[in-house]
Amino acid sequence: MSFVPPPGSRIPSGPAKILYFHWGIAVLLAAVAGVGFLMLFSVAGGSLEPWSQRQMMRFGAGFTLMLVIAMVHIRFWRSMAIPAYLGSLALLVAVEFIGHVGMGAQRWINLGFFQLQPSEVMKIALVMVLARYYDWLDPEKVSRPLWVIPPIILTLLPMGLVLMQPDLGTALLLGIGAAVVMFLAGVSLWYFGTAALGACAVVFTVMTSQGTEWQLLKDYQFRRISTFLDPSSDPLGAGYHITQSTIAMGSGGLTGRGFMQGTQSRLNFLPEKHTDFIFTTLSEEFGFVGSVSLLGLYTLLIALGTLSALTNRDRFGSLLTGGITATFFLYFAINMAMVMGLAPVVGVPLPLVSYGGSAMLVLMGAFGLLQSAHVHKPR
Amino acid sequence: MSRLQFQKKDGPRISRRGLLLLGGQLGVVGVLGWRMRQLQVENSERYRLLAEENRINMRLIPPARGLIFDREGRALAVNRQNYRIVMIREQAGDPEEALDRLSRLIDIPEAQRARVLKEARQKSAFVPVTVAEHLNYAEFARVSANSPALPGIIPEVGLSRFYPEREATSHLVGYVGPVSERDLQEQEDPDPLLQIPRFQIGKTGVEKLDEGQLRGHAGLSRIEVNSVGRVMRELDRTEGTAGANLQLTIDLGLQNFALQRLAGQSAAAVVIDVQTGDLMAMASAPGFDPNLFVFGISSANWSGLLNDPYRPLSNKSVSGAYPPGSTFKMTVALAALADGVTNPNETVYCPGYMEVGNRRFHCWRRGGHGHMNMHDGLKHSCDVYFYEMARRVGIDKISHMANRLGIGVRHELPLPAISEGLTPTREWKQRTQNQAWLVGDSINAGIGQGYVLATPLQLAVMSARVATGRAVVPRLIRGVDSKLIPPEEAPDLGIDPRHLAAVRGGMNGVVNERHGTGWGSRIVDDAMAMAGKSGTSQVRQITAEERRMGVFRNEDLPWNRRDHALFVAYAPVKAPRYAVSVIVEHGGGGSSVAAPICRDLLLQALYKGPPPLSAYPASDREEIEQRRALEPEAPQARAPAQDRA
Repeated sequence: MSFVPPPGSRIPSGPAKILYFHWGIAVLLAAVAGVGFLMLFSVAGGSLEPWSQRQMMRFGAGFTLMLVIAMVHIRFWRSMAIPAYLGSLALLVAVEFIGHVGMGAQRWINLGFFQLQPSEVMKIALVMVLARYYDWLDPEKVSRPLWVIPPIILTLLPMGLVLMQPDLGTALLLGIGAAVVMFLAGVSLWYFGTAALGACAVVFTVMTSQGTEWQLLKDYQFRRISTFLDPSSDPLGAGYHITQSTIAMGSGGLTGRGFMQGTQSRLNFLPEKHTDFIFTTLSEEFGFVGSVSLLGLYTLLIALGTLSALTNRDRFGSLLTGGITATFFLYFAINMAMVMGLAPVVGVPLPLVSYGGSAMLVLMGAFGLLQSAHVHKPR
Repeated sequence: MSRLQFQKKDGPRISRRGLLLLGGQLGVVGVLGWRMRQLQVENSERYRLLAEENRINMRLIPPARGLIFDREGRALAVNRQNYRIVMIREQAGDPEEALDRLSRLIDIPEAQRARVLKEARQKSAFVPVTVAEHLNYAEFARVSANSPALPGIIPEVGLSRFYPEREATSHLVGYVGPVSERDLQEQEDPDPLLQIPRFQIGKTGVEKLDEGQLRGHAGLSRIEVNSVGRVMRELDRTEGTAGANLQLTIDLGLQNFALQRLAGQSAAAVVIDVQTGDLMAMASAPGFDPNLFVFGISSANWSGLLNDPYRPLSNKSVSGAYPPGSTFKMTVALAALADGVTNPNETVYCPGYMEVGNRRFHCWRRGGHGHMNMHDGLKHSCDVYFYEMARRVGIDKISHMANRLGIGVRHELPLPAISEGLTPTREWKQRTQNQAWLVGDSINAGIGQGYVLATPLQLAVMSARVATGRAVVPRLIRGVDSKLIPPEEAPDLGIDPRHLAAVRGGMNGVVNERHGTGWGSRIVDDAMAMAGKSGTSQVRQITAEERRMGVFRNEDLPWNRRDHALFVAYAPVKAPRYAVSVIVEHGGGGSSVAAPICRDLLLQALYKGPPPLSAYPASDREEIEQRRALEPEAPQARAPAQDRA
């Protein structure tokens, strides 16, 4: 009895699915997570406690979750898109009332065994629902104004809720993620041009609102922006993070200062060294070679993801894969840009490397969807 | 299946957009990579430096300050252990409680307690805060013994300067004190050591002038600190070098004796070794306790020192410039001989005054001395003889001779505020007072009055140079780090030996011939006999009114208008060893007040301790014996002036 279906067969079924699994992506995920374990071990001063070991367990759980999701037929996930979106929206509303305050923003819901960030789940749910929408919509109609409005509403609703938390970084991630799906779906470039102009207008309005009665951002958000534009203006205050993280990166040089030899992180000059700024520790200890290697792993991941999307003739699967890949790209690109002083500090973790349960599980779940789309794609 | 057909038709469109997206993403990745290159390859050296600056602190290790000894190796300035208690808040827990526990063992005044609590609140938890300093050993031992019960309270031993001889060498050794803002500004490139809290530098005396040798070089400890400044470990350490120990030429025994002899007066005495230039004693009375300054003097003590009319803070032996009076007459005699305007045997008639133009210059002896040659002129200190000499030779040649003998020139010693004295010239008066030099000015200078000023140090040097005929140079530092500095052979002054012999003969006559002004203070022991010259210098002009009213008795005047008493001497006459000068401000007559002090100092120096009574004239022995019995004794009453030589 042969499990191997002959080429050209439509869709694998049963345990044979495992052979159609995208092992390349799985291996890359494990490699990136491995880098994370190593760095968490290092910033804890050469100890598995308190971060590295827990991160491994979470990755284990996340990897299992990915496998389970991947085994389920993509049709099922397509049917789950709208409920997932509505559920996430409900959670976002709920977090306003029962959320836990952390880092100056209401973000978490305590589920007992772990703390859930609804905004993380929403990133994937939004991609799902948009993919579902364009899968349903006649491609001829995607650029008609009437049919452009629903996805915009679908995007603005969660964005608004996340902004209220207030979490500007995640709101932007949601918006850009949605835009990528719409772009892939074939929405006319005119809309994007108009949206870009509109965004500029919004930025201008927001910036001019500073100090007035109708101020649109919190003071700390304005401070982050001005600090980003000129970190040296306040080197020991708000600019401290950026200044110290660029020092850490730069001092790594070509080959780094050696594993667990990074003085900036070991002596606590680095802020949040186990979460958002973990990349600086890597750069300091492994140098240019280390940072470029991690960047290479990430790039390979998005390249493989995009390739999978391109070769998928199932529109939902293709759009979902593209959207998830883009979201993943946004995560690491923004995080790296932030620690290198190219973007304001917005609180985006380095995917699979930064310590954090919520983001890890959500990301692995998302890759489960991606795998499901890959396994079940029409051949 | 219509659905599939749709997808096939739609396929390429997604592909194109997908590739576009991938391209965009790769572009962003390129930017990230470029930034990594910029940070980690191009600018990495700069960032590496910044990271090191973050991480590494230099901590200076203060060197031990060099010690100061007298010529026999007796300590004048030492580093004494300073017992102190510090508290580290993070180990102490509640600072209030810790201080409560500590105050059961040692006394902590309320103000000090408040300061400590405030400091402990302000500083990081791991920074030690000084709770108490300068404890005695019993207190320190009490705290040390109980340290297990006093977490975070740490007994420490530091070093602080101490001057065991207190007043005796206060003007020479000086004192150290905390670095002031002005100290920092004075230096072009301040030693980073000066920034250390509680670091002390020399403020005056040898401590200040030889600061460079005494301070030593700081050690350096490179320590790694974390972001809040906690010391993680010491990376490496270079030991500093301790400051050099200095040995002064001062003989502490003689110095103490000199101060004892001057006690109760505003006075100065200098004893110099005529062979080497070593300053054996350099006393300025009254002194002060330099230890008061080491940790900040109280304002009451300070204003007390400042307002004392006897000026205890001033080192009169080098800073005090006085009219030398008759002690200047040797200079005038040598100038006249060198110029050939007289010879030792020529006589001048003294009728008690000399008239120049319509001014009359009086001799101290109203009735006059009669015919005086040089020997007698010196012996009796006849003013008219020297009026005549000064008139003949002129001020410029007198001043030139004075300079050769060490008056009016600066002698370089590691002491502050060294006065140059003053040897006037015609040019000088024209320049500074815009007036022509008058003959009367020369005549006044002939007896060491008028513009002429000399310091006790210069008078001692002058005596030494007359005694040896060599350009003796005074020095205060005998050795550095137990290596003795060999004294330099003093060059010959180039003064005709016959002239010197004539002047020395006169000085011998002053003391060792009956009717000489210093006869009462002679040394009977022939081998130790001294030669000298008295001086009584006016600090005021005797007014015509006073003259009309009759001779004024010096002791009837208020203290600060009385004459200064001076005496210069050297001994033994046959082979000079030491020269000495003494000035007692407003003390009265030189021969009655200053001469006995000179004799006692010379005897003390020559015998290296108390001399036998046989060295004194028989008439004085009883008094000397009584005085010795009382030693260390209270200040002597100021002796009344009996003559005005």
